Amino acid sequence: MKSIVSALVLALCSSLSFTVSAKDTVKIAYIGPLTGGVSANGIGGRNSADLAVRMRNQDPNAKYKYELVTADDECKPNVGVQVATKIASDSSIIAGVTHYCSAVAMSTVDVYHKFGLPVMVWGAVLPEITYGNDFKEVHRVNGTMINQNEVAAKFLTGLGYKKWVIIHDTTDYGKGHNKYFTQFLTKNGGQILGTFGVTADQQDFTAELTKIKELKPEVVYFGGLTPIGIRIRTQMDRLGIKAVFEGTSGIKSDAYIEGLGKLSEGSLSFIEGAPWEKLPGGLEFIAKYNQQKYPDAPEAYGPFAYTAANLIMDAIEKAGPNRKKVMDVLNKTNNVETIIGKVSFDDHRQNIVPLISKYVAQDGKWVVWEDSLYAKKQRKLGQ
Amino acid sequence: MSFDIFLQYLLNGLMLGVIYAIVAVGFTLYFGVLDVIKFSHGDILMVGAFAGLTAYIGIAGTFDSPWLQLLVLVLISLSVAAFLGAVIARYLILPLQKAPPINTLLVTLMLGLALREAVRLFYPNGSNPKPFPRLLPTDGIVLGDFTLRSDSLILLLTGIICIVAVQRLITRSKIGLAIRAVAQDSETARIMGINFRQIVLITFMLGSALAALAGLMNGLYYNEVNFSMGLLLGVIGFSAAVVGGLGNFYGAIVGGFLFAGLQTIGAVLLPAILPDVPSAYKDVFAFTVIIIIMGLKPTGLISEKSSERV
Repeated sequence: MKSIVSALVLALCSSLSFTVSAKDTVKIAYIGPLTGGVSANGIGGRNSADLAVRMRNQDPNAKYKYELVTADDECKPNVGVQVATKIASDSSIIAGVTHYCSAVAMSTVDVYHKFGLPVMVWGAVLPEITYGNDFKEVHRVNGTMINQNEVAAKFLTGLGYKKWVIIHDTTDYGKGHNKYFTQFLTKNGGQILGTFGVTADQQDFTAELTKIKELKPEVVYFGGLTPIGIRIRTQMDRLGIKAVFEGTSGIKSDAYIEGLGKLSEGSLSFIEGAPWEKLPGGLEFIAKYNQQKYPDAPEAYGPFAYTAANLIMDAIEKAGPNRKKVMDVLNKTNNVETIIGKVSFDDHRQNIVPLISKYVAQDGKWVVWEDSLYAKKQRKLGQ
Repeated sequence: MSFDIFLQYLLNGLMLGVIYAIVAVGFTLYFGVLDVIKFSHGDILMVGAFAGLTAYIGIAGTFDSPWLQLLVLVLISLSVAAFLGAVIARYLILPLQKAPPINTLLVTLMLGLALREAVRLFYPNGSNPKPFPRLLPTDGIVLGDFTLRSDSLILLLTGIICIVAVQRLITRSKIGLAIRAVAQDSETARIMGINFRQIVLITFMLGSALAALAGLMNGLYYNEVNFSMGLLLGVIGFSAAVVGGLGNFYGAIVGGFLFAGLQTIGAVLLPAILPDVPSAYKDVFAFTVIIIIMGLKPTGLISEKSSERV
C-alpha cells in the first residue's frame, strides 16, 4: 500500500513538474522610441507587440512560452545602435520587432546583419532599410515611403492643387520623403516652388516660413516627424500662411492632434495599410488590445508591430528557437494571413503592401479621407 | 523682396533677437559682477519655463481669466528661477570664488546637465515636448504678406521693456550702483561698505529671473517647451554675450540681435545663393560669422576698455 501511495505521489509530482517545465521560455525583442517626441507611436507599438506575446502565451498549442525584451531607441540613431548591439549580442534573444524611426532603422541594419539576428521592421518607411542592402536578417512588414508618396502626390494633384513647397528634416527619413515626393509630384504635373531642409530639433521656422509665404504655395508638404510638424504648423498660423498642410506617415499620431488642438484641423497624412477598423483583423485586434487595458492607444503602426511579433513567433514555433532557422523561415514568408491582410515578402524581404490610406485631421481626430466631411465637400482644406 | 515680406523678416528677427538678448544679458551680469561664466544659464531658462507650465496646470481650473493665469504663471516661474539662482550663487559660485575660473565653469556646466536630466526623468512624461498654453490674444493685423499677431507684439514689447528696465535698474538705482561698484572693483566696494555677498546673490537672482522670462517668452511664442530647449539657447546667449563684449550690458543686446539677424539672413540667403545648401545650415552660418568677428575683434564688439562693466 505504502509503495502504491509513494508511486502515486511520485507520478503526480512528475506530472506537475512536467507541466511546469513543459514550455521553454523564448525571448524576442522589441525596439522603438519609448521616450522622446514620437514616443506615443513607440509605446503603442510596444503594447501591440506585448499583446501578441500575451495572446500566444495563453494559447495551449504554443510550443514555447515567450518573453518580450523591450528597449528604447529614443528615435536617435546613436542610441539605436547601442541598444541594437546590446539586444543582438544577447544570444538568448532569437529575433526582434524593431524600429519606428527610419534614421534609426537605417543605422542598425549592419548590427543585425553582423550578429545574425533576424528582425522585422514595424514602422520605419525609408526604402533603403530593405532595398539599400541585401541583409537576409532584415524584414519589413509595413510598406515604404515610395508607396505613400506616390499616393500623396497623385491625391492632391488630383484635387486640383498645383503649387507646392517642401519642408523636410535633414535626416535620411526627411531626405527620402523629399526625394520620392518630388519625383512623383513632378510626374503628376505639380510644381515645386521651393525646398527647405531643416534640422530635426529646430525650434524656430519663421525665417523659412516667411520665405514660403512669399512664394505663395497652395500646399506645404512636410517630410518629418510629429514634434517639428507641430512647431511648423503652429508657426504657419502665426505668420498667417493659409496653405494646406500635407504631412507624411511621420505625423500620423494622436500626439500631433493633442499638441496642436484646433490648429490640426485639415492636416493630411498618408499611411501604408488601413485604419484598424478596415483591416481584415482590425476589430479582433482592437478588442484584444482594449481587453488588456493598456493606458495608451496602439497608434497607427500598432497593428504592424503586432503582426511582426506574430510572424516571428510563428517562425519560432516552426523552426525552434534558433536565429538562423527562424531567419530562413521568415525569408520565405509568402501569402500569410495576418490581421493587416496577406503578407508576402519580395526578394528584399519587403512586404508588398498595395494599400495606402489617406487621412485628414477632422474635429480632433484622424479620419480616413473617404469618410471625412472634406471628401463630402462640406469642409474645405486650408481654411 | 516686397516691403511687407521684409517687415515680416524684421519682426521674426526682432522677436528672436529679444529672447537672445535677454539670455545674453544674464551671462553678462554674472561675468560683470563676479567674472564667472555660468553655463547652467540655459537650463535655468528651461526650468523657469517648466515651472511656469506646472503653475499653469495647477491653477488652470481656479481662474478663468487668461491674464490672471498669466500673472500667476509669470510670478511663480520668475520666483522659482530667482530662488534657484540664489541657491546656485550661495552654494556653488561663492564657495568657488578663490578657485580657478575653469572650476566654476565646469561646476555650472555639470549643474546644467543635472537640471536637464532631472526634468527629463522626473517631470511627468518629461522627455516629450509639452504643449505650452496659449494665454495671449491671437488676433492681429494683416498688411499684404505681413501678419502681426497681438501675442507676438505683446511678447516683443515685454522683452524690450524688460531690457530697458534692467538697464535702468543698473544705471539709476542704488542696487544698480552697488552692482556696478562690485563689478568695477569688488575690494574697494567692500571697503566702501557694500555687502558683497548680498550683491552677488541679487545679481544671480536677477539673471536667473531674466532667464525664466526668456523661457516663458519662448513657450508663449512657440506654444511648446521641452527639456532640451535651454541647450542651444544657452550657447547662443553666451555667444551673443561674448561677441558683444562679455561683461558689457549693451554688448549683450547688440550680440543678441546680431545673432538673430545672422540666423535670419542665413535661412533666407543660403538656399537662394547655394541651391544645394538647405536652410538647416543657418546656425552654421551664424556661428561662422561670429567666429570671424571674434577673430577680428577678440574683445568683442563693445570691448571693456571703451565702456564700463555692466
